Amino acid sequence: MRKALGLFAFLAFVLFLFAAAISLRPFGEPPHAEMDSYFIEHAQEEASANNVVTSVVFDYRGFDTLGEATVLFTAVSGVLMALRHYGGKEK
Amino acid sequence: MNGSLFVNFPFIVVALLLALGFYTIGFKRNLIKVVIGVEILEGAVNMFIVALGYVKGGYAPIYTQAPQEAVGKMVLPTPQALTLTSIVIGVAVTALMLAFAVNIYRHYGTLDVTRVRRLRG
Amino acid sequence: MTTTIIKTTTRLLAPLILVFGSYIILHGHLTPGGGFQGGAVFASGLILLIVANVRDKVQELFEKTPLTQLESLGALGFLGIGLLGLMSYTFLKNAIANSGFLFGGTTPQGINPGYLNTGGTLSYLNIFVGTKVLAGLTSIILIFFLILRRERDEW
Repeated sequence: MRKALGLFAFLAFVLFLFAAAISLRPFGEPPHAEMDSYFIEHAQEEASANNVVTSVVFDYRGFDTLGEATVLFTAVSGVLMALRHYGGKEK
Repeated sequence: MNGSLFVNFPFIVVALLLALGFYTIGFKRNLIKVVIGVEILEGAVNMFIVALGYVKGGYAPIYTQAPQEAVGKMVLPTPQALTLTSIVIGVAVTALMLAFAVNIYRHYGTLDVTRVRRLRG
Repeated sequence: MTTTIIKTTTRLLAPLILVFGSYIILHGHLTPGGGFQGGAVFASGLILLIVANVRDKVQELFEKTPLTQLESLGALGFLGIGLLGLMSYTFLKNAIANSGFLFGGTTPQGINPGYLNTGGTLSYLNIFVGTKVLAGLTSIILIFFLILRRERDEW
């Protein structure tokens, strides 16, 4: 009984997902983005890099990269703390 | 509806992957399969973010030895930058989930989701 | 997975993977790639070395490499480069671009073959983040391997 109710709710959710995917904005026509035009035009003189994506990640939005480096550091220290007792003569 | 049904084909694939991910999280009993379902969900979301920034007939936003007609028609670079961060965070979450799965197995002796509910010990 | 085929393949393939990962990290401001992607490729080369050997040999190989210290060095280097811009601009400002220091040349406008001397703080940040990512991913897999206790070869 509970499994049938769960399956019915899941099917309704899948139909909603497909209806949403069909009625989105057509693929390949983003709205006019002034920020990205500024990035593409001025990345070579301000950040002096040929790669616009790297200049966005490390120069125009460097603060998000700092937060992500912190998340990676916390996750690695969390894994090393959770598996402390195993491994015999570990490093 | 926008013209024919296959104009938004990447979005339909994203919806399919989301449905697969939610099915694996909700209807499977092994803990490792639940972790795999979370990873499928994270891959679907990254694909959606990248597919939002495509310009029809656009080139990669890199100036090193690009073809001559690529100067005015470049793909938007900001969704690609956000996806980089999202992928790394997904890797960190998966590593932590697997470490806790190892601990659950050592403590309860089983990986069945319906049998690890009682707080024992 | 310590069979003979994998041991022979690792002996030939692991140095190439490490060199390729370093190339992706260093040329992050010219070609697609950068710190995170190059760090992941370099970590796959080290993980191949971990997977193809038994436990005693892995401990002998990895006892001398200071993995946690490398990761802390990457994080502190990122913060240090960020504080470098605080002297007269904002935090994390590209103060080395278009000046005369190690990675501070100027890029010609438009389409050009890439020059390695450009980039400013981008190149330094690529190197530090690449070090952090490779140390982190390798130490995760190393701690999972030491639980497994693979004592002998498989066949």
